[in-house]
Parts: sequence; C-alpha cells; structure tokens
Amino acid sequence: MLEVSVLKQRAAFSLSASFAAPTPGVIALFGRSGSGKTTLVNLISGLLPPDSGHIRLDETVLTDTRAGVAVPAEQRRIGYVFQEPRLFPHMTVAGNLRYGERRAAASARVISFEEVTALLGLGALLERRPRQLSGGERQRVALARALLSQPRLLLLDEPLASLDVARREEVLPYLEALRERLSIPIVYVSHQFEEVLRLATHLVLLEAGHVVAHGAVDEMCLQPRLQAIVGPDLVGAVLEGVVARLDPPHGSAEVTVGRGTLLVSLTDVEPGAHVRLQLLARDVILATQPVQGLSVRNAIAGTVSAIRDDGYGAILVSVDIGGAVVLARITPSALHALDLKPGDAVWALVKAASTRGHAFRLTGAGGKVR
Amino acid sequence: MSGVLSAAEIDALRLSLEVAARSVGFSLPLAVLAAWLLTRVRFPGRMLFDAFVHLPLVLPPVAVGYLLLLLFGVRGPVGGWLRAHFGIAVPFTTAGAALATAVMTFPLMVRAIRLSLDGVDRGLEEAARTLGAAGPDRFISITLPLMLPGVLAGAVTAFAAGLGEFGAVITFAGNVPGVTRTLPLALYTAMQLPGGERMALRLAILSFALGVLGLLASELLVRRVRRYLGN
Repeated sequence: MLEVSVLKQRAAFSLSASFAAPTPGVIALFGRSGSGKTTLVNLISGLLPPDSGHIRLDETVLTDTRAGVAVPAEQRRIGYVFQEPRLFPHMTVAGNLRYGERRAAASARVISFEEVTALLGLGALLERRPRQLSGGERQRVALARALLSQPRLLLLDEPLASLDVARREEVLPYLEALRERLSIPIVYVSHQFEEVLRLATHLVLLEAGHVVAHGAVDEMCLQPRLQAIVGPDLVGAVLEGVVARLDPPHGSAEVTVGRGTLLVSLTDVEPGAHVRLQLLARDVILATQPVQGLSVRNAIAGTVSAIRDDGYGAILVSVDIGGAVVLARITPSALHALDLKPGDAVWALVKAASTRGHAFRLTGAGGKVR
Repeated sequence: MSGVLSAAEIDALRLSLEVAARSVGFSLPLAVLAAWLLTRVRFPGRMLFDAFVHLPLVLPPVAVGYLLLLLFGVRGPVGGWLRAHFGIAVPFTTAGAALATAVMTFPLMVRAIRLSLDGVDRGLEEAARTLGAAGPDRFISITLPLMLPGVLAGAVTAFAAGLGEFGAVITFAGNVPGVTRTLPLALYTAMQLPGGERMALRLAILSFALGVLGLLASELLVRRVRRYLGN
C-alpha cells in the first residue's frame, strides 16, 4: 500500500493530495500539465519536503510532519526516472548503472546487473558514453540505473515525454516487461491516456493540485471527470479478460469478459493470457433486440445501468454485461427513438476490428508481496 | 640552459614557478570552498563576503601587500601568533611571496570556478541523491568532476598570473635574491641597474614566453577535460 496525504504551497500553486493505492502495481498519476503530478512525485521521492502531511510505503513511514519524520531522499530507496534521462556525462553507461548499485546495501540486492542489462537490452551499450546514445537508449539506461539502486518503489515521471512516437514504442515494451517481471511498485506519471491504459493498474486523477478521484483503472474509466480530460473520442470502457480460444487464421481471439465472450483482433497472445481490452464508446452500437445479418461480430446482452450527457452533445449509456460495464455513445435522437431507460435489456454491438487489446499481466497479483 | 640564461635569471625563473605553484596549491581548495559558498549557500553577509573575495582585483597590489604585512608581521595578530606557537615568520620568505600571490590571484580562481559550478546541472545531483549518494559523496562523485574544467582553468590562469605578481610580493616579501626575487622583481631590479638593459630585455622575453605557454596549456587542458566529460 502506498499512502500519500500531503500539502505543499508554492508561489503560484498549491498541492493538496491524498490517495492510497495497492502495491505492487502500477499507479498512474494522470492529469493535464500543470496539475501537480511532478510536484507530487518529488514529494514522494523526498527531493521536495511537504509543508505538512505523511507518506507511507507498506510499513515504512517516509514522511510524517507531525511525528517529525523525514527520511532523506538518499536513504529512501526510491528509484526515480525523470523526464530527461539525467545520465552522468562523465561516466560510461556501465559507470552510470553501477553508481546506484554500489551505494545499495548488500542485503538489499535483489536485482543483478546482468538481469537488468538483459531485461532492458543494454548489453551492447555498456562501454558507451551517454552522448553516444539515442533518446530511447538513454531512457532505458536511466531506468536500469534506477532499478539497480534496488528500490522499494520506482517513480517514473513521464519517461517517454521527451521521445518521439517511434521511440516511445521502443521503450514501452520494456516498461511492460518491468511490471510483469519485477514486483516493485511503480508510480507512473503521464498525460498520455494510451500509456496509462497499457501500464497502469490504479489511476490517480489530478486536477489543479487536487486528487479528484482514484481507483482501479477499469472503474476509473467510467468516471465523468476522467472522461472530461480524456476527451469524447477516447472515452470508453476498459475490460479485463482472459483469452479463451485463439483463431489464428482470422487473427482473432475469443476473450472471456464478465459473463460474456468477445471476439477481438488479437494475435500475439496465448490462451489463458490476461488481456485488457479497450472498447471506445464511439465504437459501440446499441440495439433493443437481437440483430441478424450484420457484419458486426460481437453482440453482448446486458442491461442499461446509467444514462447521462457526455458534455459534448451526445449521450453516454452504461451497459452492465455481468461483472463488467460497456459504454456506448449515442445521439440524443437515438436515445429518444429507442426510448432507453435504466434497467432496459439491450444488446451492445462491437466490431472485433475496433477493439483494442493487449496482454496485461501483473506479477504479485495474488502472489507474493515484497 | 646555463649558456642561455645566467644563474640569477635561472634563480628568478625557478622562484617564479615555485611561488606560483605554492600559491595555487594553497588557494585552490579555499577557492572551491568560496565558490561553493557563493553559488550554493544562502547566508547573511553573502554580498559582503563576495565583495571581500574580489577586493584584491580593485585594490592597489601594494596596499594588499601592506595589509598582509600588518596581519602577518611579527607584531601583527596572525604573524605574532604564528611566531609564538610555531616559530614561523612569513614576511620576506618564499612562503610569504606565495601567500601574497595567492591573495592577489584568489578572485581570478573563484570567478572561473563559480562559473563552472553555475553550469553544473542540479538535476544530475538530484539523480545522484535518489541513487543513494549523500552530500559529500555527491560532491566528490558528481559535482567536482563536472566543474573540473572551471577548476583547472582557474588554477592555470591563477598560476600564469602568479608568475608575474609584483606589487604585493615586493611589499610583503621584499626583493631578496634567491628567496623572493621572482621574474618581475628581477626584471625591475635589472632596469634599475646601469647596463642592465640586456638582462631586462631577456627577462621580459622570458616572462612573455611563459605567459603564452601558460595560456596555451590552459586552453588545451580545458578542452581535453571537456571532451572527457562529454560536453
């Protein structure tokens, strides 16, 4: 459990944030730029002292202004990957990696140099100087350096922000590997919703220095305040499911979600794999009767659980499909024509091709907790 | 060598090098400390301290030498104490010439070091902190190597300037052949002697050559270190 409750006044900005999130897991701090994400991360790291409040990681109190506890940053064992790589220019890649490792207590060493360089694909770069690396390579080295300091918590402050789209795609799989292979809790700062969906288990939503909502990612996707930030085109439900069957000739997979089954275009997974699916509200069609003769492959039966204005002139309908919720965006006239009310039986129609899915596994979930 | 330079000239050259080297060795750690205090620490009287450090730049060197004499003379507060406890007298010795030179070149050194300390990315120090490096460790492993170009440039410039320090040295340490008669003092003495023009010219050329060499060496050194640091 990471428990944070802090107050920080700065010249033109005040941060007052409280949340608690389960560990291990990937906790996303999400919000517009200027919402206080980096300040919050600096407070957790100990680089910035809060005016008041407390920060606790599992059983360790890192900050408690009332009890006079303030563990210095250098003793927190919190790895920090900044927006810029901040590699030491006077050392080789290997020198950078060893810097934190050498300063970690021998008893704390869980991750080995070989393991980290293999995990992040740095074997060929060890003798290079930081200036001889590409942007993506630099961020991977920064990540490896933080990991080798044997942290209890890893802070990633928009580690992909300084990279172009192609480089992001180069680093993201490494971050996913991190979540799957190591049971270190991660706090991930981002204003890219796509990244959050690929990595996070828990989402903390920040607005103007305040935590306005926090919770598991699938629940948070139904939050109007998150939807307002994400924008109407990216509003949608996130569903956690398990691959039941593969259909390789068609490049699709059957995924069990709640009570039902969805056919999804998904190739690089195994049966039994945990996957996270994103169903955008704009891609979901509602029918009040079972339909036939359509190219749409998925028709899931459910009941309308909520209807509300999405703030952009359309209507968002929540459909409970048994243990999960699907969102559909329809026009006000469609709502009127179908005469939908909460409790009505509907069929949600989803194109297999428009369902985005990716493997999502988390170590320690239900397993050992460090 | 002795065919080209007379014994007195070699003495003056040797003394100049010794005085400059000792003055740099003595003042470099203090200059790093002063630069650190001036750039990184907020303390009351910082502006006054800043002015004090730079005072030798604007004071007549003779006045600096005179002030040193007041402080370190046998009856001065520091000089008296040194004599009583260690039996040391500083004025009119080679060490005294080095001290006077150190005071005169101190602002040059502090300026160069401050400039490079200002250029050190604080973000790198923060990164080192999160990797477990506490204050002194961080300074030795990150800050100092990164400000090395400035430290070296400051040291070499101070050394080159120290070879030619005149006013403060002659006032505080006198003009003793073989003890405090450095190149500029020997040059001045030669100019006062009838028939000393040739020697004066040779000493002037020697000073000129040393100065050029010093500046070139400083430039080369700083370039190499910069390349090593990856800038």
